[in-house]
Amino acid sequence: MKLTIERATLLASLAHVQSVVERRNTIPILSNVLLEADAGLLKLTATDMDLSIVEATPGDISQSGATTTPAHTLYDIVRKLPDGAQVELALGTGDGRLALKAGRSEFVLPCLPREDFPTMADDDLPISFSVAAEALRRLIDKTRFAVSTEETRYYLNGIYLHAAESGGIAMLRAVATDGHRLALVDTPLPDGAANMPGVIVPRKAINELRKLIDETADDIVVSLSETKIRFEFDDAVMSSKLIDGTFPEYQRVIPEGNDKVMEVEAKTFAQAVDRVSTISTEKSRSVKLGLANGLATLIATSPDNGSATEELAVIYESDDMEIGFNSRYLLEMTAQIEGDMAQFVLSDAVSPTLVKDSSDEGVVYVLMPMRV
Amino acid sequence: MSTTLTPTLCRDCLTHINTDAQICATCGSTRLVHHAELDELDIAHVDCDAFYASVEKRDDPSLRDKPLIVGHPGGRGVVTTACYIARKFGPRSAMPMFKAMEMCPDAVVVKPNMAKYKEVSQQIRAIFLEATPVIEPVSMDEAYLDLSADTRGDGLTPAWHLARISRRIETDVGISVSIGLSYNRFLAKLASDMEKPRGYSIIPRVGVREFLAPLPVRKINGVGEATAKKMDADGIVTIGDLQALPEAQLVTRYGKFGNRLVQYAKGEGSRRITSSRASKSISAENTFRRDTSSFDVLCEAIEPMCETVANRMVRSKLAGGTVVVKLKTGDFQTLTRNRKLANPTQRADILYQSARQMIEKEANGRAFRLIGVGVADLCSATEADPPDLFGGLA
Repeated sequence: MKLTIERATLLASLAHVQSVVERRNTIPILSNVLLEADAGLLKLTATDMDLSIVEATPGDISQSGATTTPAHTLYDIVRKLPDGAQVELALGTGDGRLALKAGRSEFVLPCLPREDFPTMADDDLPISFSVAAEALRRLIDKTRFAVSTEETRYYLNGIYLHAAESGGIAMLRAVATDGHRLALVDTPLPDGAANMPGVIVPRKAINELRKLIDETADDIVVSLSETKIRFEFDDAVMSSKLIDGTFPEYQRVIPEGNDKVMEVEAKTFAQAVDRVSTISTEKSRSVKLGLANGLATLIATSPDNGSATEELAVIYESDDMEIGFNSRYLLEMTAQIEGDMAQFVLSDAVSPTLVKDSSDEGVVYVLMPMRV
Repeated sequence: MSTTLTPTLCRDCLTHINTDAQICATCGSTRLVHHAELDELDIAHVDCDAFYASVEKRDDPSLRDKPLIVGHPGGRGVVTTACYIARKFGPRSAMPMFKAMEMCPDAVVVKPNMAKYKEVSQQIRAIFLEATPVIEPVSMDEAYLDLSADTRGDGLTPAWHLARISRRIETDVGISVSIGLSYNRFLAKLASDMEKPRGYSIIPRVGVREFLAPLPVRKINGVGEATAKKMDADGIVTIGDLQALPEAQLVTRYGKFGNRLVQYAKGEGSRRITSSRASKSISAENTFRRDTSSFDVLCEAIEPMCETVANRMVRSKLAGGTVVVKLKTGDFQTLTRNRKLANPTQRADILYQSARQMIEKEANGRAFRLIGVGVADLCSATEADPPDLFGGLA
């Protein structure tokens, strides 16, 4: 294998694939990136056995071939090379090591044979549809903050993607919850997705995917079965195993009978919550929201840190009430509200509160109150 | 004639009633503790009797009736612990070995085995924890315990808990302790030293000044040889001498420590037990009768432990932010595994699920002799288990 490639191109592709590689690996080859050079393309593959990313990038291939070499080391080297450098990669025939040359720098890297590199089985993925990158970004951004990190509730450690219906219109719906808050986002159901099973896409796959599609303008082809999902776009393919579990019946925790409506300027509210929560204890992060006619009062108290109060004007005409929330949850949620106004639909201090975005009807948030 | 009977506790059968009898009506034992204030005192000091020596005698019964000295033999060695038989001849802790051997030439000398003592100490700590989470270990063989009602809330008296602790350490660990019970640290410590070994002494509030007056100042924690000498030169020999002096004079002469001397002389002192280490975690553990490698057996074993730990958290109004699993392999390797929870919990089922997942990763055919479950990263119960949309583990 021998090729020359532009530093910037190689760096971009390596940046994409290397983040799949875990920093600590008990299986040595999983620390490596698979490099395959053939027909004017360098193909890079990285996997952690649950998730794999393959990306192809053009290069000047003078001799086709393949090998695997430590991903993070290669990435760090290429990152430190000067801008505009031409990188030459050559696999030594005798020692089986990879020589990297750029300008006056030379590196020799250990390799493991490509035959040892695990490939994720190319399963049959019966469902396939195409979704705009913009729509996929929205589904992810507005839900992923609510994904649980609790390993005991592994079935909440991802975004639940499924076909649903809203107001008689078929939707592709993303739902995430950690049991304390829930985020739900709809986008019109793409052709070919009607029969898709509900799948839970793991957090790591979601985060990697979000990085990969950050600048993509094209449509993304999504293929899936009950156990695996694949995203294809530009010159990259990301495949991931799905979480084998049952997502809870989230519909039953979305309140329908709440009757107290409070509307508040979203950014003003977020800033006030942020200020007041400076006082909240580190672990509970609780703030109390007091509502009276046209006025909201945010209060935080802590036995050690003192107390904080801030008033802000709101649209509210129901009975006075007090309710406690985790300030972090309020902040992460309001950060995703793009409209001017956030609408809180409340019942009482112990029941779930519904939150909506004035500019986006396809988004619903549910917040479980805290004891205050 | 007095009509009120005195609160009385039998140290052998733990019968705790009001009586004036000198013999336990239940078991016939004469080891009774009685005092009007027995049920009101709640700060304890527990001190193991000749700890290292007792452990060595426990493990080698042939040493039982011999004078035993634990310490490094040879010219520069010192006595770490002398058993009570050896002490009759004079040897004491910190005495040079050659001197001890001169006094007691028949003594058997055993080198200290710190790893073993540490294990015994932890066993004892676990027994303390059954009574209260507020424990302040002073060293491997002594600790202060806060047994006030707000640390426990189980309706049993501190005195009863202490008798039970003492009995359990004798039966389960195989060594004896001396107990001091009072209303502050200084007096609790003084009490534990009054009747060694196997003692159980209380110092009540009523008459404390008179009780302290004849005692030498050396009995005060912090009064060592140098201070005692200085005091002796000032004409202060007993605590009673201290009581007679004006406070201002003591503070001028002894600085900040003078304040403490005044307090101690009056029988006052700190009640605060800072469980700097112990209350950082709450745990339960168990050694298997036979080593096991079965995942199911391991899980079955932790189920009641999770309940115990959860109950203890509820009693002490604490919640755990991290779940800890401890495993000891057949060849005595100890593994601990931690997992931070998304939210602190008091719930046994959440502990169990977390612990189970950690055990699953370790149960790979190895045989284990011990398993334990605990929580660390403790915080106030008000932070625990925030309301959940799906009611917890949905």
